[in-house]
Amino acid sequence: MIQLFMRDIGLAVRSGGGFGLALIFFLIVVVLIPFALGPDQSALALVAPGVLWLGALLACLLSLDRIFGLDYEDGSLDLLASSPLPLESVYLAKAAAHWFTTGLPLALAAPLLGVLLNLRFDAGMALCFSLLLGTPALSLIGAFGATLTLGIKRGGLLLSLLVLPLYVPTLIFGAQAVRSASLGQPFDVPLVLILAISLGAAAILPFASGAALRINLR
Amino acid sequence: MLQVSNLSVARGGISLLHDVSFSVQPGQALVLRGANGIGKTSLLRCIAGLQQPISGTISGSETVAYAAHADGLKGQLSVLENLKFWSEVYGGPDPKSALAAYDLQELAQRSAANLSAGQKRRLGLARMLVTGCGLWVMDEPTVSLDAQNVALFRIVLQAHLQSGGAAVLTTHIDLDLSGENLDLTGYIATAQRSSSTFEEALE
Repeated sequence: MIQLFMRDIGLAVRSGGGFGLALIFFLIVVVLIPFALGPDQSALALVAPGVLWLGALLACLLSLDRIFGLDYEDGSLDLLASSPLPLESVYLAKAAAHWFTTGLPLALAAPLLGVLLNLRFDAGMALCFSLLLGTPALSLIGAFGATLTLGIKRGGLLLSLLVLPLYVPTLIFGAQAVRSASLGQPFDVPLVLILAISLGAAAILPFASGAALRINLR
Repeated sequence: MLQVSNLSVARGGISLLHDVSFSVQPGQALVLRGANGIGKTSLLRCIAGLQQPISGTISGSETVAYAAHADGLKGQLSVLENLKFWSEVYGGPDPKSALAAYDLQELAQRSAANLSAGQKRRLGLARMLVTGCGLWVMDEPTVSLDAQNVALFRIVLQAHLQSGGAAVLTTHIDLDLSGENLDLTGYIATAQRSSSTFEEALE
């Protein structure tokens, strides 16, 4: 399982699209917002929590279909499925590699981008924490969606339609945490709820994804 | 080592093979023969555990290493890294000897994307060695190999059989292996929509 995690990170780094793509997409979205809304700083600070979380969420979505798609096309998913490694572990390793190459860089870069939207420093820290706790859920739910749409031609769009509604609770609590922090209110409750979503996803989705993979590889 | 009894196999809801039975002992290779589309690949996928048979049982004492049509190589990784990954997944032996067996030492550091079709196939076959599994299930292993490399493959397979391993494979080339051939033509199921498909999907 660790070998698969390390291999997927290595592949993401070497093929270029892994670390960079999601981060650059996030940067562009955040930079475009002031152009669209105008330079009013108080208006920007008002929408910043929602916009930053939405941007991170959409950036996560970009590379979801590659999680299993590439391995399915070149036949290595068949070989992994016939190996002693359970498909549940394959799913966990791949979701973890996706989080490491997209979710983690997004969480670390988000406070810096928050400055562009006039986000207060303590709210920036809340953003970083909420993304650190919430992006694992995004990767886990997204990788689950990828197992469902495996083998479907142009499954990327279907994958987005499937996964985005499932992202709603994470988005609500994530943005709420940042909004509370920017108003100087305590934000520990939404953070705990995000953590609960991530842990719940990590507990349940491996089994659902293993079953979906087994059916789709048949 | 492998016991298959009364196995019925379907693909995409269409029954292909019916009531196939055979066994493979250590040191033996079973070569499956039959026309294109008869169900050789589906049978091998059942043995590899990738697909559920409609009926019948597959029992075996060994872990199975499966080599499909596609080699499952990662172009961004080097030849050695590709083998190393599978060796670690299976907890198998050091990839160096597998490289030597298929004459790939000089290509060890080359990225798999820059290999020819025959070299990729050799790397895919070398993967079987690093799994350390006793039973090899191989789907058309000799495709895109030239005569010299087919001979190389035969030597490796013979060594595997002599060390107590076994193999089930499909090939159109006569490899002159110890073991037997199984012609699947006698087991063709009447081509009809299998009534079990719905139950199979529910499982």
